[in-house]
Amino acid sequence: MKAEVILIDRPDVMQLHDMTAHRLELFSSAVQAGFPSPAADYDAEPIDLNAYITQNPTATFLARVEGDSMIGAHIEPGDLVVIDRSLQATSGRIVLAFVAGEFTIKRLMQKPDGAYLEPENPKYESIRITQADMGRIWGVVVGIVKKV
Amino acid sequence: MATTSRFALVDCNSFYVSCERVFRPELEDVPVVVLSNNDGCVIARSKEAKALGIKMGTPYFQVKDMMERERVEVFSSNYELYGDMSRRVVSTLSQFTPNLEIYSIDECFLDLSHLRPEEVEAYGHRIRHTVERWTGIPVSVGVACTKTLAKLANRLAKKRAKAKEVLALHTPAEIEEALRESSVKDVWGIGRQHAKRLEQLNVVTAWDLSRMPEGWVKKNMAVTGLRTLLELRGQPCQDLEPETPDRKNICTSRSFGRPLTELEDIAEALSTHTVRCATKLRRQNSCATGVTVFLMTNRFAVTENVYCNSRTIQLPRPTNSELELLSRAMHLLKNMFRPGKRYVKVGIILNDLVPASEVQLDLFSNQDGEKHKKLMSTLDTLRQRFGHHALKYAVQGNKNEKDVEEEKRAPWMLQKKFLSSPYTTSLKGLLRIKT
Repeated sequence: MKAEVILIDRPDVMQLHDMTAHRLELFSSAVQAGFPSPAADYDAEPIDLNAYITQNPTATFLARVEGDSMIGAHIEPGDLVVIDRSLQATSGRIVLAFVAGEFTIKRLMQKPDGAYLEPENPKYESIRITQADMGRIWGVVVGIVKKV
Repeated sequence: MATTSRFALVDCNSFYVSCERVFRPELEDVPVVVLSNNDGCVIARSKEAKALGIKMGTPYFQVKDMMERERVEVFSSNYELYGDMSRRVVSTLSQFTPNLEIYSIDECFLDLSHLRPEEVEAYGHRIRHTVERWTGIPVSVGVACTKTLAKLANRLAKKRAKAKEVLALHTPAEIEEALRESSVKDVWGIGRQHAKRLEQLNVVTAWDLSRMPEGWVKKNMAVTGLRTLLELRGQPCQDLEPETPDRKNICTSRSFGRPLTELEDIAEALSTHTVRCATKLRRQNSCATGVTVFLMTNRFAVTENVYCNSRTIQLPRPTNSELELLSRAMHLLKNMFRPGKRYVKVGIILNDLVPASEVQLDLFSNQDGEKHKKLMSTLDTLRQRFGHHALKYAVQGNKNEKDVEEEKRAPWMLQKKFLSSPYTTSLKGLLRIKT
């Protein structure tokens, strides 16, 4: 007889549990007539991909990619991008920005003459952020989810 | 009685509007309103919309033309989105305090007793910046030694430009100034009736109220009024309530998208409400002892055939099995239904809830009970994963409440003409980025 306990974790800030329902399987070896499971003392939680992809689920959002301006960075149409709003957008990071009335994903580059949003596809041009209010960084892209 | 010596009230500014704006940054300086269920009334306004004179609770049709003229952006309420954003805000806030009370979908009380007075203001700004950064939701913070004063400070934090959305009241002088600046009707816990009465007695500001004799307040405004009075004077009477106590009754009801005449349509709505309600019941680990179903036509339409009815039955034993609740609810509905009427609302109330653990095992019915229990826990797990639409009973019909297109929706479903996407709760609803 195998007793199964399903534990749903309480959402908690600094833990990475609130995106998935974890399943922890307990083998109640005491009521069993046969040998106790040698794994009984070693039960561990299954691997959680969410924890791998983001450090901070509370500040993490997903978006769907529709364009090809970032294919050089392997961000392709149909992919999901994982965006962490809590991270500092430093030069060199891929960001989700809101510029001239639209969302866009580009690589942020701080150069001596100003900040640029650079595509990773030669078909597209860099956007130079001139005024402070022209563009804003929504979050930092920390992962891509692809289905193959 | 209270053990918390410093409370912060963190309030999300125009919460529903702010949620919409996170995913539509172009609406930042534009007037925005959110409508209630069924697109009935205005229930949230951006400050630009407030400036246009749109009042809280105004029926949509009354301001529709004006809003079109003024290019006000209108949204149906998207509770799926607001619920998730609220969860994120609470989760962000909980790292700032050992104790937190979720007061409403957009307000939390935090215990800040662990800070030294000189740290409070900077801490408030840090809370504000972190929440805005992580979730995109702007909040304001009011801090004081009682909940009532924290609430008052929060109001002033929004009002006083130099406060920059964070206000802490420490000294008696600061408290007095704040009380003089607030009118009595804005004090937490003072209803419209009491406010009117007090104003007649020339008690106009919160300061005036705080000077009233305790005896008079107790006599005329009962114990809750006295509590408010003492809290305004800086004497805490209410502590944080970190856990919401399980409720004794739970209800699920909605107005229909348009008036209904057919039993079948109403049964679809009622069965869907019943499943939702039973899910809530199980989430708080309770069983219901009684079931009430109510059904009504438009009470205000003089020309129509008015009919309101409700029926209650006592269950042979407490249950949280939706199979049993569904069959009871359907039975009650069929008894109440009268043909030839235009119904506007149906609902279910589960009464006299008891903890599931206290339900006596009944020797004769136990077999079914065990089976139902297993089935319900399987249903809950599946629905949590795949959504409520994934597993339904035939009586609920095959329409999905999440469909926005008119022809895909059942007539009982709420009107949500201006519904935004469930950006954070459904893979289909995600933001789409043209990179």
